[in-house]
Amino acid sequence: MAKNRGAIEVDIATCKGCYLCVEACPFDVIDLADEVNAKGYNYAYMKNPEKCTGCANCAMVCPDSCITVYKMTIKS
Amino acid sequence: MSIDINEIKKAENLVYKKSSVLTDKVMHYCPGCSHGAVNRIMAEVIEELDLQEETIGVTPVGCSVLLYNYIDIDWQEAAHGRAPALATAIKRLRPDKYVVTYQGDGDLAAIGTAETIHACNRGENIIMIFINNGIYGMTGGQMAPTTLEGMKSSTSPFGRDVARDGNPLNMTQIVASLPGTSYVTRQSVHTAAAARKMKRSLKKAFENQKNNKGTSFIEVVSTCSSGWKMTPAQSNKWMVENMFPSYPLGDLKDE
Repeated sequence: MAKNRGAIEVDIATCKGCYLCVEACPFDVIDLADEVNAKGYNYAYMKNPEKCTGCANCAMVCPDSCITVYKMTIKS
Repeated sequence: MSIDINEIKKAENLVYKKSSVLTDKVMHYCPGCSHGAVNRIMAEVIEELDLQEETIGVTPVGCSVLLYNYIDIDWQEAAHGRAPALATAIKRLRPDKYVVTYQGDGDLAAIGTAETIHACNRGENIIMIFINNGIYGMTGGQMAPTTLEGMKSSTSPFGRDVARDGNPLNMTQIVASLPGTSYVTRQSVHTAAAARKMKRSLKKAFENQKNNKGTSFIEVVSTCSSGWKMTPAQSNKWMVENMFPSYPLGDLKDE
């Protein structure tokens, strides 16, 4: 069965740690990091990268356009 | 089956990236502000319809006053509330261009009520985007005409009292009843599905302007987490529970 695997890349410098992507993710992939960026915000990162399907819901709600989404279909 | 994350992060697998119409400037909005999402959708629609050179935007006074720094199209800054009047002039002088105004509720529904109503009543062939978060976000969260009954703001700390402060103003409903408007809709950007719907609405509005149909008016029910004194996630929840019953989403008019 074909399976979608995805990955996101967060622009750490512009992320404001608003948490909306964490709320929007249906698979609990994203969380906020313990570390902070230059502006002092806990930025978003992939906590469970293997669960990401590349649905881009996080990018759709991101107010700061700091998420890039990749997706590939794996045929087994 | 384990696949290296770098295997997935390749150019051929790219499904979403920041719109090229957006500039590299970091937005000044507070974390989680709906403005950012609407700005992004605007840029994406302009990019997808390939109208970067054809669109002229009119910025308001309010939190989105610096919008011209973020979306790389031609802009004109309007006096407070006068964006529809300015957009009227631009569209009449350059009917070949697409004209979009972007205003908040303090701009569109308070100081600029007359300009809004008359531009819509004349049926000016423009797009108006109306960000409604129920307060004056930029100046410190004071009560706006759109503040809900019982809603707390810095000038109504015990909630809006209709006997004292009057009724909330439902601008979109008023505009929908005017003959000049062709497309009046109320959207939101709190979820991915809502953001995608908002994008479709804006595309339709551009389509309407192309066909000289009259004014397209898009209200975006928004949050102001700083003004509401909540986290962005709590603000979204509060908006769904309190704003949506008074400002229900959907098309009010589509001709």
